[in-house]
Amino acid sequence: MTSLKIAPSTWGTVAGIAALAVLLFVVAPAALDSFRLGQLAKYLCWAIAAVGIGLAWGRGGMLVLGQGLYFGLGAYAMAFHLKLEQAGPGNAPDFMQLYAGGSVPGWWEPFRSGPFTILVIALLPAAVAAVIGYAVLKRRVKGAYFAILSQALAAAFAILLIGQIKVTGGSNGLNNFTTFFGYNLYLPENKVMVYQITAAILVLAVVLVAVLYRSRYGELLVAARDAEERVRFLGHDPANVKLVAYVVAAFLAGLGGAMFVPVVGIVTPSNVDAVASIALLAGVALGGRASLFGPVIGAIAVGFAQSSLSENFPGTWSYFQGGLFIVVILLLPGGLASLWSRMRRTPRASTAPARTQEVPA
Amino acid sequence: MTGIDDDAKAPGRLTVRGLTVDFDGFRAIDGVDLMLLPGQLHFLIGPNGAGKTTLVDAVTGLVKAQGTATYEGHDLLAMRSHRIVRLGVGRTFQTATVFEGLSVLQNLDIAGGVHRPAWRMVLPRGDVPTYVEEALEAIGLADLRDRPAGTLAHGQKQWLEIGMLLVQGAKVMLLDEPVAGMSAEEREETGALLRRIGADRTIVVIEHDMDFVRDHADWVTVMHGGKVLTAGSVAQVQANEQVQEVYLGRTADAVLLEDSEDDETADDGSVAGATADRGER
Repeated sequence: MTSLKIAPSTWGTVAGIAALAVLLFVVAPAALDSFRLGQLAKYLCWAIAAVGIGLAWGRGGMLVLGQGLYFGLGAYAMAFHLKLEQAGPGNAPDFMQLYAGGSVPGWWEPFRSGPFTILVIALLPAAVAAVIGYAVLKRRVKGAYFAILSQALAAAFAILLIGQIKVTGGSNGLNNFTTFFGYNLYLPENKVMVYQITAAILVLAVVLVAVLYRSRYGELLVAARDAEERVRFLGHDPANVKLVAYVVAAFLAGLGGAMFVPVVGIVTPSNVDAVASIALLAGVALGGRASLFGPVIGAIAVGFAQSSLSENFPGTWSYFQGGLFIVVILLLPGGLASLWSRMRRTPRASTAPARTQEVPA
Repeated sequence: MTGIDDDAKAPGRLTVRGLTVDFDGFRAIDGVDLMLLPGQLHFLIGPNGAGKTTLVDAVTGLVKAQGTATYEGHDLLAMRSHRIVRLGVGRTFQTATVFEGLSVLQNLDIAGGVHRPAWRMVLPRGDVPTYVEEALEAIGLADLRDRPAGTLAHGQKQWLEIGMLLVQGAKVMLLDEPVAGMSAEEREETGALLRRIGADRTIVVIEHDMDFVRDHADWVTVMHGGKVLTAGSVAQVQANEQVQEVYLGRTADAVLLEDSEDDETADDGSVAGATADRGER
């Protein structure tokens, strides 16, 4: 019996993941000061969500314009816990004393528990995505309709957060966190630890998606994107195939959102609304939606550009972002990740990822 | 016709009764009865628009239909496409739709998904399953196993599709014009392949190439205007006056062509075939 041929890029993938780990755990902490490292940690949170978008959009063909919903579910679950931890046992968080007369609603109480919070972060975004995805994908909603629907969900979620000021802090969001599972967030070494946790989650997310890409499931997902009808006649319901990618993407977005809270120290509806969701997507498009590392590179690049450009051009940054998005879609539909293979110009007879260039957004 | 009984649950038996497909008032198929027995090469012929492909679409869950279509007692008309495939009824399309970026082996392997529990899909590949190896041998592409399917010749892609049906464990294969665009040798090989794998399967071929039908058909069903015109052996069908009329009548303006072109039109009883051939191209 022969083994199925292992694609030549396997070692490239392993080497790439190793290089990413070295960059994040060795190079970055040595090269960056505490402030810049904190900023990088923020970009990594977006990158975690971006890896999921790469799976759902790049490989699965679902234009997920509303990942802010899942990012936000993870973020607010974490924020609930950190606020309660800060308030101490039996006490209400500061903002509740302001808006809600100092009483903690019953459904908030479980968030006092760290393990419960982690469970919610891990399960809630995925569960919500499973329900929404099932309803939408089984009805064969796709293309622009899917995109608009997903964006509407993120927009509605942000409005809900603003409206429920007594439990969410409204448009001010939740901020002023002092501890993270008992660790003082003002201490530099704990900031580094939070960075390291975020980096570790990102590396694991890349590993997870790399394994999926290399599996039969990964092939089936690309097949469902490119030839949905054909997949049906392989005996699979394409809706189920896509649903898995959608749920994994939501799971990763939730993790990214959860780490965003201790990293940045604040979460507001504007971090999770439709505009924020599009910013996530822009990074993925820039980096290369169907490639493994493209979304990571793109999310970090967009985050970095956002910070540095907004420092210099505070009012006009968003125009740069929009322009970048247009340029990439028009001139480099495969994203930055496709530059390398373009320069090599090996006529690889349309490998699955390379075909993404034909996929309409 | 041999033994039309109501033993619809017999292994491998596909029975179609009163099948009707209505597209907003246009009856693409109008009360078709068919019985397909294992071990025979069935051919479905008829002019364009006769409803051949629509019939296959209806049986495989692509279009809604009235009437009954049962396979081993299961009501196919009430099932969704992927369930029908899992039952053992597979099909191909007029244009080969293999996954061009995947290798021949990967294409066959991914068709084996029906044999695995869903969660195992995310595991890395291990060894090549025996049924994949066997299919690879059967379709004669063993030497090209690692070639990207996109680089295969047209005929090889069709064989790969048939191989994917083998891997799926399809007991009924509905093949939509598998030899269209093939060279004479490729047709011959395809015919031999269908005979080999058809011994313990039910194979239905939609075909326009009358030479191919003559050489390989055990049973021919002629469709016209959404109805079954007649069915029988090749000789019976060719001798049928209605069949000749349908083909000749439809291509009345092409009769002139028959005179000018010196082919087998004048041969015994092959009138239907030759004109059908011409009418379709």
